[in-house]
Amino acid sequence: MSALEDQARARSVRNAWALSAPALVILAVAAVGPLLIVLVYSFLTPGKYGNVEWQFSTDGWLGILFTRDIFDETLKLADAHLTIWWRSVRLSLLTTLFTFAVGFPTAWFIATRPPRARGFWLFLITIPFWTNLLIRTFAINEVIRNEGLFNTVMIRLGLFSEPLRIINTDAAVLMGMTYVYLPLMVLPLFAAIDRFDMRLLEAGYDLYANRWQVLRHVILPIVKPGIVAGSILVFVPSLGAYVTPRVLGGGKNMMIGNFIELQFGQGRNWPLGAALSVTLLLITTAALLFYVRAANKGGNGHG
Amino acid sequence: MAETRFQPARIPGFAAIAMLAFVALYLPIFTLVAYAFNGGTSIAVWEGLSLHWFSKAWANEAVKSATLRSLVIAASAAAVATTAATLAALGTTRRAGFKGQTFIYVMINQPLMVPEIVTAVALLILFGMVKSWTGYQGLGYLILAHAAFCIPFAYLPIRARLEGMDLSLETAAADLYASPWQTFRHVTLPLLAPGILAGAMLAFVISLDDVVITEFVKSGGQDTLPTYMLGQMRRAITPEVNAISTGLLGLTVILLTAFFLLTRKRN
Repeated sequence: MSALEDQARARSVRNAWALSAPALVILAVAAVGPLLIVLVYSFLTPGKYGNVEWQFSTDGWLGILFTRDIFDETLKLADAHLTIWWRSVRLSLLTTLFTFAVGFPTAWFIATRPPRARGFWLFLITIPFWTNLLIRTFAINEVIRNEGLFNTVMIRLGLFSEPLRIINTDAAVLMGMTYVYLPLMVLPLFAAIDRFDMRLLEAGYDLYANRWQVLRHVILPIVKPGIVAGSILVFVPSLGAYVTPRVLGGGKNMMIGNFIELQFGQGRNWPLGAALSVTLLLITTAALLFYVRAANKGGNGHG
Repeated sequence: MAETRFQPARIPGFAAIAMLAFVALYLPIFTLVAYAFNGGTSIAVWEGLSLHWFSKAWANEAVKSATLRSLVIAASAAAVATTAATLAALGTTRRAGFKGQTFIYVMINQPLMVPEIVTAVALLILFGMVKSWTGYQGLGYLILAHAAFCIPFAYLPIRARLEGMDLSLETAAADLYASPWQTFRHVTLPLLAPGILAGAMLAFVISLDDVVITEFVKSGGQDTLPTYMLGQMRRAITPEVNAISTGLLGLTVILLTAFFLLTRKRN
Protein backbone atom coordinates (compact mmCIF):
# COMPACT_ATOMS: atom_id res chain seq x y z
CA MET A 1 0.00 0.00 0.00
CA SER A 2 2.69 2.44 1.05
CA ALA A 3 4.88 1.43 -1.90
CA LEU A 4 1.98 2.20 -4.21
CA GLU A 5 1.55 5.60 -2.61
CA ASP A 6 5.24 6.31 -2.97
CA GLN A 7 5.09 5.37 -6.62
CA ALA A 8 2.12 7.66 -7.26
CA ARG A 9 3.89 10.42 -5.43
CA ALA A 10 7.10 10.01 -7.45
CA ARG A 11 5.05 10.06 -10.66
CA SER A 12 3.31 13.23 -9.54
CA VAL A 13 6.63 14.95 -8.90
CA ARG A 14 8.01 13.79 -12.28
CA ASN A 15 4.93 15.18 -14.02
CA ALA A 16 5.29 18.48 -12.20
CA TRP A 17 8.85 18.91 -13.49
CA ALA A 18 8.03 17.74 -17.01
CA LEU A 19 5.09 20.13 -17.28
CA SER A 20 7.14 23.04 -15.92
CA ALA A 21 10.15 22.32 -18.13
CA PRO A 22 9.27 24.48 -21.17
CA ALA A 23 8.69 27.56 -19.01
CA LEU A 24 11.86 26.88 -17.03
CA VAL A 25 13.98 26.57 -20.17
CA ILE A 26 12.70 29.83 -21.68
CA LEU A 27 13.27 31.65 -18.41
CA ALA A 28 16.74 30.16 -17.95
CA VAL A 29 17.83 31.28 -21.42
CA ALA A 30 16.23 34.72 -21.62
CA ALA A 31 15.77 35.89 -18.05
CA VAL A 32 17.81 34.19 -15.31
CA GLY A 33 20.92 33.02 -17.17
CA PRO A 34 21.85 36.40 -18.63
CA LEU A 35 21.96 37.88 -15.13
CA LEU A 36 25.05 35.76 -14.41
CA ILE A 37 26.80 37.38 -17.36
CA VAL A 38 26.02 40.80 -15.89
CA LEU A 39 27.66 39.68 -12.65
CA VAL A 40 30.80 38.64 -14.57
CA TYR A 41 30.87 41.91 -16.52
CA SER A 42 30.75 43.94 -13.30
CA PHE A 43 34.25 42.65 -12.49
CA LEU A 44 35.86 43.55 -15.83
CA THR A 45 37.59 46.63 -17.23
CA PRO A 46 35.73 49.08 -19.48
CA GLY A 47 36.65 48.93 -23.17
CA LYS A 48 37.67 52.16 -24.86
CA TYR A 49 34.68 52.20 -27.22
CA GLY A 50 32.15 50.53 -24.96
CA ASN A 51 31.90 46.81 -24.15
CA VAL A 52 34.64 45.39 -21.91
CA GLU A 53 38.20 44.20 -21.83
CA TRP A 54 38.66 40.80 -20.18
CA GLN A 55 40.76 42.04 -17.31
CA PHE A 56 39.69 41.73 -13.67
CA SER A 57 38.86 44.97 -11.89
CA THR A 58 36.74 46.10 -8.96
CA ASP A 59 36.45 49.68 -10.21
CA GLY A 60 32.93 49.02 -11.47
CA TRP A 61 31.82 48.18 -7.94
CA LEU A 62 33.68 51.09 -6.37
CA GLY A 63 31.97 53.37 -8.90
CA ILE A 64 28.57 52.67 -7.35
CA LEU A 65 29.25 55.13 -4.55
CA PHE A 66 32.73 56.49 -5.15
CA THR A 67 34.57 58.43 -7.78
CA ARG A 68 38.29 58.63 -8.46
CA ASP A 69 39.84 62.07 -8.30
CA ILE A 70 41.20 62.90 -11.76
CA PHE A 71 44.38 64.44 -10.34
CA ASP A 72 45.61 62.27 -7.47
CA GLU A 73 43.47 59.10 -8.06
CA THR A 74 42.12 59.12 -4.48
CA LEU A 75 38.65 57.74 -3.84
CA LYS A 76 35.90 60.02 -2.58
CA LEU A 77 32.13 59.71 -2.25
CA ALA A 78 30.38 60.59 -5.48
CA ASP A 79 27.59 62.99 -4.51
CA ALA A 80 25.89 62.66 -7.89
CA HIS A 81 25.64 58.88 -7.53
CA LEU A 82 24.32 59.11 -3.96
CA THR A 83 21.69 61.62 -5.08
CA ILE A 84 20.49 59.27 -7.81
CA TRP A 85 20.26 56.31 -5.39
CA TRP A 86 18.40 58.33 -2.76
CA ARG A 87 15.97 59.75 -5.34
CA SER A 88 15.22 56.27 -6.71
CA VAL A 89 14.45 54.70 -3.32
CA ARG A 90 12.48 57.68 -2.00
CA LEU A 91 10.32 58.10 -5.11
CA SER A 92 9.60 54.36 -5.29
CA LEU A 93 8.48 54.14 -1.66
CA LEU A 94 6.31 57.23 -2.09
CA THR A 95 4.82 55.80 -5.27
CA THR A 96 3.90 52.57 -3.46
CA LEU A 97 2.37 54.55 -0.59
CA PHE A 98 0.38 56.87 -2.86
CA THR A 99 -0.92 54.09 -5.11
CA PHE A 100 -2.05 52.19 -2.01
CA ALA A 101 -3.72 55.24 -0.45
CA VAL A 102 -5.69 55.81 -3.65
CA GLY A 103 -5.86 52.19 -4.79
CA PHE A 104 -7.33 50.56 -1.70
CA PRO A 105 -10.49 52.71 -1.55
CA THR A 106 -10.83 52.34 -5.32
CA ALA A 107 -10.52 48.55 -5.21
CA TRP A 108 -12.94 48.41 -2.28
CA PHE A 109 -15.42 50.61 -4.13
CA ILE A 110 -15.32 48.33 -7.19
CA ALA A 111 -15.58 45.11 -5.18
CA THR A 112 -18.65 46.36 -3.30
CA ARG A 113 -20.64 47.33 -6.42
CA PRO A 114 -23.49 45.05 -7.53
CA PRO A 115 -22.07 42.28 -9.77
CA ARG A 116 -23.29 43.88 -13.02
CA ALA A 117 -21.79 47.30 -12.32
CA ARG A 118 -18.59 45.74 -10.99
CA GLY A 119 -17.60 44.60 -14.48
CA PHE A 120 -17.95 48.14 -15.77
CA TRP A 121 -15.78 49.73 -13.05
CA LEU A 122 -13.19 47.00 -13.38
CA PHE A 123 -13.17 47.64 -17.11
CA LEU A 124 -12.36 51.31 -16.41
CA ILE A 125 -9.30 50.24 -14.39
CA THR A 126 -8.16 47.64 -16.89
CA ILE A 127 -8.14 50.05 -19.86
CA PRO A 128 -5.32 52.18 -18.43
CA PHE A 129 -3.66 48.96 -17.23
CA TRP A 130 -3.68 47.57 -20.77
CA THR A 131 -2.61 50.86 -22.26
CA ASN A 132 0.99 51.32 -23.21
CA LEU A 133 3.11 52.70 -20.38
CA LEU A 134 4.74 55.17 -22.71
CA ILE A 135 1.35 56.51 -23.81
CA ARG A 136 0.27 56.97 -20.22
CA THR A 137 3.51 58.75 -19.34
CA PHE A 138 3.02 60.95 -22.36
CA ALA A 139 -0.61 61.56 -21.30
CA ILE A 140 0.35 62.81 -17.84
CA ASN A 141 2.92 64.99 -19.58
CA GLU A 142 0.05 66.60 -21.52
CA VAL A 143 -1.53 67.63 -18.23
CA ILE A 144 1.43 68.89 -16.21
CA ARG A 145 3.76 70.45 -18.79
CA ASN A 146 4.10 74.24 -18.79
CA GLU A 147 1.61 74.74 -21.62
CA GLY A 148 -0.45 71.72 -20.53
CA LEU A 149 -4.02 71.39 -19.34
CA PHE A 150 -3.37 72.17 -15.67
CA ASN A 151 -1.36 75.35 -16.22
CA THR A 152 -3.63 76.58 -19.03
CA VAL A 153 -6.70 76.24 -16.83
CA MET A 154 -5.02 77.82 -13.82
CA ILE A 155 -3.81 80.82 -15.84
CA ARG A 156 -7.20 81.26 -17.54
CA LEU A 157 -8.86 81.25 -14.13
CA GLY A 158 -6.38 83.88 -13.01
CA LEU A 159 -5.06 81.70 -10.19
CA PHE A 160 -1.53 81.64 -11.59
CA SER A 161 0.21 84.49 -13.36
CA GLU A 162 2.78 82.16 -14.88
CA PRO A 163 2.87 78.38 -15.36
CA LEU A 164 3.82 76.28 -12.34
CA ARG A 165 6.94 74.39 -13.33
CA ILE A 166 6.19 70.75 -12.56
CA ILE A 167 7.79 69.03 -15.50
CA ASN A 168 11.45 68.02 -15.08
CA THR A 169 11.16 67.84 -11.29
CA ASP A 170 11.03 64.92 -8.86
CA ALA A 171 7.38 65.76 -8.24
CA ALA A 172 6.63 65.22 -11.94
CA VAL A 173 8.29 61.79 -11.81
CA LEU A 174 6.38 60.90 -8.64
CA MET A 175 3.05 61.97 -10.15
CA GLY A 176 3.85 60.09 -13.33
CA MET A 177 4.78 56.86 -11.55
CA THR A 178 1.74 57.02 -9.25
CA TYR A 179 -0.46 57.54 -12.28
CA VAL A 180 1.18 54.85 -14.35
CA TYR A 181 1.36 52.15 -11.65
CA LEU A 182 -2.02 52.74 -9.96
CA PRO A 183 -3.81 49.92 -11.87
CA LEU A 184 -1.05 47.50 -10.77
CA MET A 185 -2.08 48.22 -7.18
CA VAL A 186 -5.85 48.21 -7.74
CA LEU A 187 -6.10 44.91 -9.64
CA PRO A 188 -4.51 42.57 -7.04
CA LEU A 189 -6.28 44.47 -4.25
CA PHE A 190 -9.57 43.99 -6.06
CA ALA A 191 -8.87 40.28 -6.52
CA ALA A 192 -8.27 39.95 -2.77
CA ILE A 193 -11.28 42.04 -1.72
CA ASP A 194 -13.51 40.27 -4.23
CA ARG A 195 -12.83 36.95 -2.49
CA PHE A 196 -13.45 38.57 0.88
CA ASP A 197 -16.62 37.24 2.51
CA MET A 198 -18.65 40.35 3.32
CA ARG A 199 -20.57 38.42 6.01
CA LEU A 200 -17.43 38.74 8.13
CA LEU A 201 -18.13 42.48 8.31
CA GLU A 202 -21.59 41.83 9.71
CA ALA A 203 -20.02 39.43 12.19
CA GLY A 204 -17.52 42.12 13.17
CA TYR A 205 -20.20 44.77 13.64
CA ASP A 206 -22.40 42.31 15.53
CA LEU A 207 -19.52 41.87 17.94
CA TYR A 208 -19.51 45.65 18.56
CA ALA A 209 -16.45 46.51 16.47
CA ASN A 210 -16.44 50.02 15.02
CA ARG A 211 -15.54 50.78 11.38
CA TRP A 212 -11.88 51.34 12.12
CA GLN A 213 -11.61 48.11 14.13
CA VAL A 214 -13.33 46.18 11.36
CA LEU A 215 -10.95 47.67 8.79
CA ARG A 216 -7.91 47.05 10.96
CA HIS A 217 -8.72 43.60 12.38
CA VAL A 218 -11.01 41.99 9.82
CA ILE A 219 -10.46 43.47 6.36
CA LEU A 220 -6.73 44.24 6.28
CA PRO A 221 -5.46 40.88 7.63
CA ILE A 222 -7.60 38.97 5.16
CA VAL A 223 -6.76 41.04 2.08
CA LYS A 224 -3.08 41.23 3.08
CA PRO A 225 -1.94 38.91 0.24
CA GLY A 226 -3.47 41.42 -2.17
CA ILE A 227 -1.72 44.30 -0.46
CA VAL A 228 1.61 42.48 -0.60
CA ALA A 229 1.10 41.56 -4.25
CA GLY A 230 0.09 45.12 -5.16
CA SER A 231 3.03 46.64 -3.33
CA ILE A 232 5.47 44.27 -5.04
CA LEU A 233 3.94 44.98 -8.42
CA VAL A 234 4.31 48.74 -7.85
CA PHE A 235 7.59 49.00 -5.94
CA VAL A 236 9.73 46.80 -8.20
CA PRO A 237 8.99 48.59 -11.49
CA SER A 238 9.18 51.98 -9.72
CA LEU A 239 12.69 51.38 -8.43
CA GLY A 240 13.89 50.32 -11.85
CA ALA A 241 11.78 52.87 -13.71
CA TYR A 242 13.35 54.10 -16.92
CA VAL A 243 10.67 55.53 -19.19
CA THR A 244 8.81 57.75 -16.72
CA PRO A 245 11.84 59.55 -15.24
CA ARG A 246 13.24 59.88 -18.74
CA VAL A 247 10.15 61.54 -20.20
CA LEU A 248 8.98 63.52 -17.13
CA GLY A 249 12.20 64.09 -15.19
CA GLY A 250 14.31 65.45 -18.00
CA GLY A 251 18.01 64.66 -18.22
CA LYS A 252 18.74 66.03 -14.75
CA ASN A 253 16.37 64.05 -12.53
CA MET A 254 17.79 60.64 -13.37
CA MET A 255 16.75 57.55 -11.53
CA ILE A 256 18.94 54.50 -11.25
CA GLY A 257 17.53 52.95 -14.45
CA ASN A 258 18.58 55.98 -16.51
CA PHE A 259 21.97 56.02 -14.82
CA ILE A 260 22.50 52.39 -15.84
CA GLU A 261 21.56 53.13 -19.44
CA LEU A 262 23.97 56.05 -19.44
CA GLN A 263 26.85 53.66 -18.64
CA PHE A 264 26.00 51.48 -21.64
CA GLY A 265 25.66 54.54 -23.87
CA GLN A 266 27.58 57.78 -23.61
CA GLY A 267 29.27 56.78 -20.32
CA ARG A 268 31.00 53.81 -22.03
CA ASN A 269 31.49 52.15 -18.67
CA TRP A 270 29.83 48.73 -19.00
CA PRO A 271 31.35 47.32 -15.77
CA LEU A 272 29.91 50.22 -13.75
CA GLY A 273 26.58 49.73 -15.51
CA ALA A 274 26.73 46.02 -14.70
CA ALA A 275 27.64 46.66 -11.05
CA LEU A 276 24.78 49.16 -10.73
CA SER A 277 22.42 46.60 -12.27
CA VAL A 278 23.46 43.90 -9.80
CA THR A 279 23.07 46.35 -6.91
CA LEU A 280 19.59 47.34 -8.08
CA LEU A 281 18.73 43.66 -8.32
CA LEU A 282 19.99 42.99 -4.78
CA ILE A 283 17.96 45.87 -3.32
CA THR A 284 14.85 44.63 -5.13
CA THR A 285 15.41 41.08 -3.88
CA ALA A 286 15.92 42.32 -0.31
CA ALA A 287 12.66 44.26 -0.55
CA LEU A 288 10.88 41.16 -1.86
CA LEU A 289 12.22 38.96 0.95
CA PHE A 290 11.09 41.55 3.46
CA TYR A 291 7.60 41.48 1.94
CA VAL A 292 7.43 37.68 1.84
CA ARG A 293 8.49 37.47 5.48
CA ALA A 294 5.95 40.07 6.52
CA ALA A 295 3.23 38.26 4.62
CA ASN A 296 4.10 34.90 6.17
CA LYS A 297 4.24 36.34 9.67
CA GLY A 298 0.83 37.95 9.22
CA GLY A 299 -0.57 34.70 7.86
CA ASN A 300 0.59 32.68 10.86
CA GLY A 301 -0.62 35.21 13.37
CA HIS A 302 -4.16 35.17 12.06
CA GLY A 303 -4.24 31.76 10.54
CA MET B 1 -35.83 49.29 0.92
CA ALA B 2 -32.11 48.66 0.83
CA GLU B 3 -31.29 52.38 1.31
CA THR B 4 -32.38 52.57 4.90
CA ARG B 5 -30.54 49.42 5.95
CA PHE B 6 -27.11 49.61 7.52
CA GLN B 7 -24.62 48.65 4.82
CA PRO B 8 -21.59 47.04 6.43
CA ALA B 9 -19.54 47.13 3.22
CA ARG B 10 -19.80 50.92 2.92
CA ILE B 11 -16.81 52.81 4.24
CA PRO B 12 -17.22 56.61 4.31
CA GLY B 13 -14.94 58.51 1.93
CA PHE B 14 -13.94 55.49 -0.14
CA ALA B 15 -16.42 56.20 -2.93
CA ALA B 16 -15.22 59.81 -3.19
CA ILE B 17 -11.57 58.75 -3.42
CA ALA B 18 -12.50 56.13 -6.02
CA MET B 19 -14.32 58.74 -8.13
CA LEU B 20 -11.30 61.05 -7.94
CA ALA B 21 -9.07 58.16 -8.98
CA PHE B 22 -11.21 57.46 -12.04
CA VAL B 23 -11.17 61.13 -13.05
CA ALA B 24 -7.40 61.29 -12.55
CA LEU B 25 -6.95 58.13 -14.62
CA TYR B 26 -8.94 59.36 -17.59
CA LEU B 27 -8.35 63.11 -17.71
CA PRO B 28 -4.77 62.80 -19.04
CA ILE B 29 -5.84 60.22 -21.63
CA PHE B 30 -8.67 62.43 -22.88
CA THR B 31 -6.29 65.38 -23.08
CA LEU B 32 -3.85 63.30 -25.10
CA VAL B 33 -6.60 62.21 -27.50
CA ALA B 34 -7.94 65.77 -27.82
CA TYR B 35 -4.54 67.08 -28.87
CA ALA B 36 -4.31 64.41 -31.57
CA PHE B 37 -7.12 66.31 -33.32
CA ASN B 38 -5.27 69.62 -33.10
CA GLY B 39 -4.92 71.46 -36.41
CA GLY B 40 -1.73 73.33 -35.47
CA THR B 41 1.87 72.26 -35.87
CA SER B 42 2.86 72.33 -32.21
CA ILE B 43 1.51 70.48 -29.21
CA ALA B 44 1.39 73.71 -27.25
CA VAL B 45 -1.44 75.67 -28.87
CA TRP B 46 -4.92 74.54 -29.85
CA GLU B 47 -5.67 75.58 -33.45
CA GLY B 48 -8.93 73.92 -34.31
CA LEU B 49 -10.20 70.43 -35.10
CA SER B 50 -8.34 68.44 -37.76
CA LEU B 51 -7.47 64.92 -38.83
CA HIS B 52 -4.20 66.18 -40.28
CA TRP B 53 -1.93 64.29 -37.85
CA PHE B 54 -3.76 61.01 -38.34
CA SER B 55 -3.27 61.10 -42.09
CA LYS B 56 0.35 62.09 -41.57
CA ALA B 57 1.00 59.16 -39.21
CA TRP B 58 -0.92 56.79 -41.50
CA ALA B 59 1.25 57.78 -44.47
CA ASN B 60 4.44 57.22 -42.46
CA GLU B 61 6.12 53.94 -43.53
CA ALA B 62 8.12 53.77 -40.29
CA VAL B 63 4.90 53.83 -38.26
CA LYS B 64 3.30 51.13 -40.39
CA SER B 65 6.21 48.72 -40.17
CA ALA B 66 6.63 49.36 -36.44
CA THR B 67 2.94 48.58 -35.90
CA LEU B 68 3.15 45.33 -37.82
CA ARG B 69 6.33 44.33 -36.00
CA SER B 70 4.76 45.06 -32.61
CA LEU B 71 1.76 42.86 -33.42
CA VAL B 72 3.87 39.97 -34.75
CA ILE B 73 6.12 39.99 -31.68
CA ALA B 74 3.21 40.27 -29.24
CA ALA B 75 1.22 37.45 -30.88
CA SER B 76 4.23 35.10 -31.06
CA ALA B 77 5.43 35.87 -27.55
CA ALA B 78 1.92 35.52 -26.08
CA ALA B 79 1.41 32.15 -27.80
CA VAL B 80 4.72 30.77 -26.53
CA ALA B 81 4.33 32.22 -23.03
CA THR B 82 0.71 31.06 -22.58
CA THR B 83 1.48 27.51 -23.69
CA ALA B 84 4.47 27.26 -21.35
CA ALA B 85 2.54 28.94 -18.52
CA THR B 86 -0.50 26.66 -18.85
CA LEU B 87 1.69 23.56 -18.64
CA ALA B 88 3.62 24.97 -15.70
CA ALA B 89 0.39 25.89 -13.89
CA LEU B 90 -0.92 22.34 -14.35
CA GLY B 91 2.40 21.05 -13.06
CA THR B 92 2.64 23.22 -9.98
CA THR B 93 -0.91 23.34 -8.62
CA ARG B 94 -3.24 20.84 -7.01
CA ARG B 95 -0.65 18.28 -6.01
CA ALA B 96 1.17 17.61 -2.76
CA GLY B 97 4.12 19.90 -2.13
CA PHE B 98 7.41 18.55 -3.42
CA LYS B 99 11.09 19.39 -3.25
CA GLY B 100 11.90 22.04 -5.82
CA GLN B 101 8.41 23.53 -5.95
CA THR B 102 9.64 26.80 -4.48
CA PHE B 103 12.44 26.84 -7.03
CA ILE B 104 9.90 26.56 -9.86
CA TYR B 105 7.78 29.37 -8.36
CA VAL B 106 10.79 31.63 -8.02
CA MET B 107 11.91 30.90 -11.59
CA ILE B 108 8.47 31.60 -13.05
CA ASN B 109 7.98 34.80 -11.10
CA GLN B 110 11.55 35.92 -11.62
CA PRO B 111 10.71 38.48 -14.36
CA LEU B 112 8.33 40.19 -11.92
CA MET B 113 11.08 40.51 -9.34
CA VAL B 114 13.92 41.68 -11.54
CA PRO B 115 13.81 45.31 -12.66
CA GLU B 116 13.27 45.51 -16.41
CA ILE B 117 16.35 47.63 -16.96
CA VAL B 118 18.54 44.89 -15.43
CA THR B 119 17.10 42.21 -17.72
CA ALA B 120 17.44 44.63 -20.63
CA VAL B 121 21.13 45.16 -19.94
CA ALA B 122 21.69 41.44 -19.41
CA LEU B 123 20.02 40.59 -22.73
CA LEU B 124 21.93 43.38 -24.48
CA ILE B 125 25.17 41.72 -23.43
CA LEU B 126 24.08 38.09 -24.09
CA PHE B 127 22.30 38.68 -27.41
CA GLY B 128 25.14 40.96 -28.49
CA MET B 129 27.49 37.96 -28.15
CA VAL B 130 25.09 35.56 -29.87
CA LYS B 131 24.51 38.04 -32.72
CA SER B 132 28.23 38.33 -33.42
CA TRP B 133 28.73 34.53 -33.19
CA THR B 134 25.80 33.46 -35.35
CA GLY B 135 25.20 36.51 -37.52
CA TYR B 136 21.44 36.05 -37.00
CA GLN B 137 19.79 39.45 -36.54
CA GLY B 138 16.08 38.55 -36.82
CA LEU B 139 13.05 39.07 -34.62
CA GLY B 140 13.76 35.80 -32.75
CA TYR B 141 15.66 37.61 -30.01
CA LEU B 142 12.77 39.98 -29.33
CA ILE B 143 10.20 37.16 -29.38
CA LEU B 144 12.26 35.03 -26.99
CA ALA B 145 12.89 37.95 -24.64
CA HIS B 146 9.19 38.92 -24.68
CA ALA B 147 8.02 35.32 -24.16
CA ALA B 148 10.22 35.06 -21.06
CA PHE B 149 8.86 38.15 -19.30
CA CYS B 150 5.29 37.33 -20.37
CA ILE B 151 5.31 33.89 -18.68
CA PRO B 152 4.52 35.09 -15.12
CA PHE B 153 1.71 37.31 -16.44
CA ALA B 154 0.15 34.38 -18.27
CA TYR B 155 0.81 32.01 -15.35
CA LEU B 156 -0.88 34.03 -12.59
CA PRO B 157 -4.49 34.04 -13.87
CA ILE B 158 -4.24 30.41 -15.03
CA ARG B 159 -2.94 29.27 -11.67
CA ALA B 160 -5.55 31.34 -9.83
CA ARG B 161 -8.27 29.75 -11.93
CA LEU B 162 -6.91 26.23 -11.29
CA GLU B 163 -6.68 26.77 -7.56
CA GLY B 164 -10.22 28.09 -7.43
CA MET B 165 -11.59 25.07 -9.31
CA ASP B 166 -13.75 22.49 -7.60
CA LEU B 167 -11.80 19.23 -7.50
CA SER B 168 -15.00 17.23 -6.96
CA LEU B 169 -15.98 17.65 -10.63
CA GLU B 170 -12.80 15.91 -11.74
CA THR B 171 -13.21 13.26 -9.07
CA ALA B 172 -16.74 12.72 -10.34
CA ALA B 173 -15.45 12.33 -13.91
CA ALA B 174 -12.86 9.81 -12.74
CA ASP B 175 -15.55 7.94 -10.79
CA LEU B 176 -17.51 7.72 -14.02
CA TYR B 177 -14.54 5.92 -15.63
CA ALA B 178 -13.13 8.88 -17.59
CA SER B 179 -9.44 8.43 -18.34
CA PRO B 180 -7.08 11.14 -17.02
CA TRP B 181 -6.88 12.59 -20.54
CA GLN B 182 -10.68 12.58 -20.96
CA THR B 183 -11.07 14.22 -17.59
CA PHE B 184 -8.55 16.88 -18.58
CA ARG B 185 -10.03 17.42 -22.05
CA HIS B 186 -13.72 17.52 -21.08
CA VAL B 187 -13.68 18.79 -17.50
CA THR B 188 -10.47 20.58 -16.58
CA LEU B 189 -9.75 22.38 -19.85
CA PRO B 190 -13.22 23.90 -20.37
CA LEU B 191 -13.20 25.11 -16.76
CA LEU B 192 -9.69 26.46 -17.21
CA ALA B 193 -10.34 28.17 -20.58
CA PRO B 194 -11.25 31.62 -19.17
CA GLY B 195 -8.00 31.61 -17.20
CA ILE B 196 -5.97 30.65 -20.28
CA LEU B 197 -7.67 33.33 -22.35
CA ALA B 198 -7.08 35.92 -19.65
CA GLY B 199 -3.44 34.86 -19.40
CA ALA B 200 -2.96 35.08 -23.16
CA MET B 201 -4.51 38.55 -23.38
CA LEU B 202 -2.40 39.73 -20.46
CA ALA B 203 0.74 38.37 -22.12
CA PHE B 204 -0.18 39.98 -25.45
CA VAL B 205 -0.64 43.40 -23.91
CA ILE B 206 2.43 43.15 -21.69
CA SER B 207 4.47 42.40 -24.82
CA LEU B 208 2.83 45.22 -26.78
CA ASP B 209 3.52 47.56 -23.86
CA ASP B 210 7.21 46.86 -23.58
CA VAL B 211 9.68 49.67 -24.16
CA VAL B 212 12.80 49.03 -22.11
CA ILE B 213 13.77 45.47 -23.02
CA THR B 214 12.87 46.04 -26.68
CA GLU B 215 14.92 49.25 -26.76
CA PHE B 216 18.03 47.35 -25.60
CA VAL B 217 17.52 44.08 -27.52
CA LYS B 218 16.39 45.30 -30.95
CA SER B 219 18.81 45.41 -33.85
CA GLY B 220 18.90 48.37 -36.22
CA GLY B 221 15.60 48.91 -38.04
CA GLN B 222 13.63 46.78 -35.59
CA ASP B 223 11.63 49.53 -33.96
CA THR B 224 8.35 48.53 -32.38
CA LEU B 225 5.64 51.14 -31.96
CA PRO B 226 6.71 52.03 -28.38
CA THR B 227 10.41 52.37 -29.22
CA TYR B 228 9.53 54.42 -32.30
CA MET B 229 7.47 56.75 -30.11
CA LEU B 230 10.24 57.00 -27.51
CA GLY B 231 12.61 57.97 -30.31
CA GLN B 232 10.17 60.66 -31.43
CA MET B 233 9.92 62.02 -27.89
CA ARG B 234 13.64 62.67 -27.85
CA ARG B 235 13.07 65.18 -30.63
CA ALA B 236 10.48 67.95 -30.66
CA ILE B 237 7.14 66.26 -30.01
CA THR B 238 4.51 66.85 -32.68
CA PRO B 239 0.84 65.81 -32.42
CA GLU B 240 1.81 62.88 -34.66
CA VAL B 241 2.76 61.04 -31.45
CA ASN B 242 -0.69 61.90 -30.06
CA ALA B 243 -2.28 60.51 -33.21
CA ILE B 244 -0.29 57.23 -32.99
CA SER B 245 -1.11 56.97 -29.28
CA THR B 246 -4.79 57.51 -30.04
CA GLY B 247 -4.71 54.77 -32.67
CA LEU B 248 -3.04 52.31 -30.28
CA LEU B 249 -5.48 53.31 -27.56
CA GLY B 250 -8.41 52.65 -29.91
CA LEU B 251 -7.01 49.20 -30.72
CA THR B 252 -6.66 48.39 -27.01
CA VAL B 253 -10.22 49.47 -26.22
CA ILE B 254 -11.63 47.42 -29.12
CA LEU B 255 -9.67 44.31 -28.05
CA LEU B 256 -10.70 44.74 -24.44
CA THR B 257 -14.36 45.26 -25.24
CA ALA B 258 -14.38 42.13 -27.39
CA PHE B 259 -12.65 40.21 -24.59
CA PHE B 260 -15.16 41.35 -21.97
CA LEU B 261 -18.16 40.56 -24.17
CA LEU B 262 -16.75 37.11 -24.94
CA THR B 263 -16.07 36.20 -21.32
CA ARG B 264 -19.44 37.60 -20.23
CA LYS B 265 -21.26 35.28 -22.64
CA ARG B 266 -19.33 32.33 -21.26
CA ASN B 267 -20.48 33.13 -17.77
